[in-house]
Amino acid sequence: MLESQNPILSPELRIKDDRPLIPTPKACFWAIFFSMHLKTSFAVHTKLIRGLSWFFTFFFVLLTQPAFSQGVTFKDNMAERTRACTACHGEQGKAGPDGYYPRLAGKPSGYLFNQLKNFQEGRRHYNLMTRLVDPLSDAYLLEMADYFANLKLPYPPAARPSERVSQRILLAGKKLALEGDSTRNVPACSTCHGAQLTGIQPNVPGLLGLPLDYLNAQLGAWQTHQRKAAAPDCMSDIVQGLTSEDLVAVSTWLSTQNVPLNAAPAKQISVPLKAPWRCGSAPELSKAQP
Amino acid sequence: MKFPTHFWRYFAILWITVLGVLGAAIWLDNHRDLFATQPPVSVKALPEKILIDRGQELLLLGNCMACHTERGQAAGAGGRAFETPFGKVYSNNITPDAQHGLGTWNANDFWRALHHGKSKDGRLLTPVFPYQHTTLIAREDSDAMFAALKTWTPAANPKSIAKPSATLDWPYGTPLAIAVWRSLFFTPGVYVSDPQQSKEWNRGAYLAQGLGHCAACHSERNDWGAIAAVNDFSGGRMPLINWYAPSLTSLKETGLAQQTTQDIARLLQSGRTDQASAMGPMAEVVQHSTQHWRNEDLLAVATYLKDLAQKESQRTSSASAGQQNQTGAGPTAKVLSLGAKTYDDHCVQCHQSQGQGVPGAYPALANNRAVLLSDPTNLVQSVLYGGYPVATPLNPRPFGMPPYILTLDDREIAAVLTHLRTQWGHQAPEVTPLQVNRIRALQGP
Repeated sequence: MLESQNPILSPELRIKDDRPLIPTPKACFWAIFFSMHLKTSFAVHTKLIRGLSWFFTFFFVLLTQPAFSQGVTFKDNMAERTRACTACHGEQGKAGPDGYYPRLAGKPSGYLFNQLKNFQEGRRHYNLMTRLVDPLSDAYLLEMADYFANLKLPYPPAARPSERVSQRILLAGKKLALEGDSTRNVPACSTCHGAQLTGIQPNVPGLLGLPLDYLNAQLGAWQTHQRKAAAPDCMSDIVQGLTSEDLVAVSTWLSTQNVPLNAAPAKQISVPLKAPWRCGSAPELSKAQP
Repeated sequence: MKFPTHFWRYFAILWITVLGVLGAAIWLDNHRDLFATQPPVSVKALPEKILIDRGQELLLLGNCMACHTERGQAAGAGGRAFETPFGKVYSNNITPDAQHGLGTWNANDFWRALHHGKSKDGRLLTPVFPYQHTTLIAREDSDAMFAALKTWTPAANPKSIAKPSATLDWPYGTPLAIAVWRSLFFTPGVYVSDPQQSKEWNRGAYLAQGLGHCAACHSERNDWGAIAAVNDFSGGRMPLINWYAPSLTSLKETGLAQQTTQDIARLLQSGRTDQASAMGPMAEVVQHSTQHWRNEDLLAVATYLKDLAQKESQRTSSASAGQQNQTGAGPTAKVLSLGAKTYDDHCVQCHQSQGQGVPGAYPALANNRAVLLSDPTNLVQSVLYGGYPVATPLNPRPFGMPPYILTLDDREIAAVLTHLRTQWGHQAPEVTPLQVNRIRALQGP
């Protein structure tokens, strides 16, 4: 009984602007100004030009109508539905202007969805995000994740290392990222985040194309248990084994690397993780384990 | 002046007697359950399955899980923190866990908690648990709820839940303080049907006053944290989380008197209609509770509330006839131009130049009751934090609003809200930067 009258479900979601098309004074002024200009500048009083100028008058009036120009901006699509996201994460989710709102476009869908759930279930903490995702259903969050995952946008070139960063730090970061540290049982980033470090479908994010501030903040949050993932939390175990200097080194190196031309996440992990490594939010990385 | 010794003796005896009588009265008042006969368990004859299904439905009607579940933890395992002006209170575990939950309880214990506000061990519960409302729940409903709770998976939070006596400020958490509070503001009772009204009206009243505990938010709390009455819906501020629950009876605030019961029910079911959206704590109520209600129950509550609102509007329209709204000096030109500029820069794209919004997507601001509430708290919250309406089966993919807490400063937000409240024929009071700042400072990004 209630469903039948629901206006929200109606497929017609276009603007119905009932206001009459009455030109504003400002619009009239510009229309007349331009048409006068046309008339005088041609200085040929043929019937054709005179006729055209009236046409232009009408055209300008329409063009300067606020209702006319705004009515068509609303389109019922995912870009419109994710305005609340792109206000901070940048147009089409290509990262915000400061270093704290990471890029969403092209990240693996499962990863994005897991992050939305992490905010909802208190494993990640940021009041603005939590309040936004709290009232939304899993189905809708998944749709949003898919939307951003499928946006393929070029990456800007990576930042150049600051002059104060020594070569030693960069080399240490590179070594950790690509080789790990077997003495401390720390795997290379590339083990799980793809040989190119562009992530692995569907749950592992790429590590390139992210600002230094964001990387530092995230690794720091893993270390202080402010950021968590579904148990067993493999990323947490890895970060616990590293010092703050290691974290700064690895994020400095990562933030200065250009994203390769083919930035798509890898299809699957090349060598499945050996026991006891297991990741709750990316179980497909390990071979079948209980 | 020196009193003779026997004066002091009489003085002491007098006071000891007064305190003793008062103490005995408070004790008796708080332990009525020891003397009252328990109403019999009436639904024993019902098949188990039907009993549990009914109980499950009642648990949803009461929105029990929303308060008794902490973010990211097992449903019903408790531990959610409630900030009150008297200190924090954490909700209890109501799963059938033997050690932390209700595993060792029986139906009588559960009834006593709902009806008398007392735990199994005799501890007086704090009124954060809305027993002013739950006391109205019928015994058979209580038994059904308990039967349904018994079928839940036992669970416990990793962190143990602190008792209110440890988390409330002294002396509010002491048994004596709670006992005094209860003597002043709480009387166990049952819902008595009004024979003048329809069955539907009575069902609505039973739900709104009892299980639904609407007045827990929609009624202003006094200095002692008590609501006026379970059927007082005249609107209330929620001081620490900074939301205002609008009056359900006032024509200006929610205008239920002028809406159809279908519209009222639809707001509860879908979270938004063309006239209104559920925001903040009400969005949570729609998400966890009212969207799952049966249509009959939604319409029953709508019928009851609309009837109260109609009576109230008849009463006030005759009382306030001829009264004119007193307006102050009004906002300055500088505020108005800043407001108009901010609106054009940030709001016009969705809410449109005449505040007409986009039907089905973005709410109209012109003639929107939420815009015109004299308390601007909810407006400030919406602009600072943005947000999505609840995703419900009737509105599964809502459109959202970005947060502006990092983009606009207090002055700009106050100006744009003042703009909304003075445009399109509106005449609501100005919003000041201080009002914006109070909420921003308390809650942060």
